[in-house]
Amino acid sequence: MERHIKAPITPEEAKELKAGDYIYITGTIYTARDAAHKRMQEALDKGEELPFPIKGNMIYYMGPSPAREGRPIGSAGPTTASRMDRYTPALLDLGLGAMIGKGKRSQAVIDAMVRNGSVYFAAVGGAGALLSKCILSSQVIAYEDLGTEAIRRLEVKDFPVVTVIDSQGNNLYERAGK
Amino acid sequence: MRTVKTEEITKNIKEMCIEANHSLSPDMKEVFEKAVGKEESELGKKILSQLEENLAIAREDMIPICQDTGMAVVFMEVGQEVHIEGGSLTEAVNQGVREGYFQGYLRKSVVSDPLERVNTKDNTPAIIHYDITEGDRIGITVAPKGFGSENMSRVFMLKPADGIEGVKEAILTAVKDAGPNACPPVVVGVGIGGTFEKCALMAKHALTRDLREQSPIPYVRELEKEMLDKINALGIGPGGLGGSITALGVNIETYPTHIAGLPVAVNICCHVNRHVHRVI
Repeated sequence: MERHIKAPITPEEAKELKAGDYIYITGTIYTARDAAHKRMQEALDKGEELPFPIKGNMIYYMGPSPAREGRPIGSAGPTTASRMDRYTPALLDLGLGAMIGKGKRSQAVIDAMVRNGSVYFAAVGGAGALLSKCILSSQVIAYEDLGTEAIRRLEVKDFPVVTVIDSQGNNLYERAGK
Repeated sequence: MRTVKTEEITKNIKEMCIEANHSLSPDMKEVFEKAVGKEESELGKKILSQLEENLAIAREDMIPICQDTGMAVVFMEVGQEVHIEGGSLTEAVNQGVREGYFQGYLRKSVVSDPLERVNTKDNTPAIIHYDITEGDRIGITVAPKGFGSENMSRVFMLKPADGIEGVKEAILTAVKDAGPNACPPVVVGVGIGGTFEKCALMAKHALTRDLREQSPIPYVRELEKEMLDKINALGIGPGGLGGSITALGVNIETYPTHIAGLPVAVNICCHVNRHVHRVI
């Protein structure tokens, strides 16, 4: 089914979403990919604060291409989520509301999602130009030296995704390919 | 001898980097459009129509098709009757990449060292494969490669006794393991034979062959067709969300090999499979 949801998200709202649902997200989300996850983990190891409030927020695994003049962002599609798997359970245990990426997740991530009532959405890989049209604004809020891998706060409107793994651990990818 | 100036090479590479990242090559366009009509799953149809819309936006608004504008892979076929003037050919290629990635607003995705991981900020160096050919022309193929699909590529050092069935299993294993990660529908480049590095290079080169052409070798032609059908029967589908269109094409190259070996490389690419070819 199709649903419109807001970001950030509560565990109660996340529980309503089922694997296979087609979702449009409106609100504030944060980007982070490989290098930013490594830095966030280092911050947690040192007992420091994360650069944005993790509870209920959504992380979009994405590093955009540069914006042309007058546009908020360049091409902005999802990157492969499994590269972040090593860092993700710790973030989920801190209350990470949802993740947007593409591709499979590890069992450790799925277990942590179920434990914390989180969801994993897939955006369409290779549709970065289309997805950029759903991003109203983009602001680098941390790790600016990482360039495309910096953490950005995005305002999105009707950003299209599919619920791939829901908070009960149902996995759409496992149904596909059978 | 015919003289070619390095600045001409730089200019062409620059334009090709920008072109490859904003519009599908004619062969990819044709196979993609053909595949769209064949998908039966509802979600699969929806994903394919998003990809179609994405291609139109990329072309019209000059936004890269994908944010991962790739590491620039460049095949240089340099005629032995060509004299290159104006400095280093390798530097001319890298300068073209540098200018293309800046002027085309393309993402800089290259780090200077695989473990220290500091971004070079200009997407260089390119991966350049040189070949010396006959004649007085330079053939250039620019094929920027994204790493969502590159990470799912594999080399299998099979035994001669594994035969063609072993090759088929290797290809299916690589595509199955890649699943949703490689942004299906994918294009599959395969190298069979040669040595460890030769088969990987053939697999990469196979991705740049026009998807509408077939292998000149009859059994390879059959294998390409059979593997495309078998991959599409896996059910992975567009976006990995289920469906009948998992691959748009399978291109295979072969080469003589050693009596003791049967190397097979599978290089997977997304539906964009960027490749632009020019002869100067």
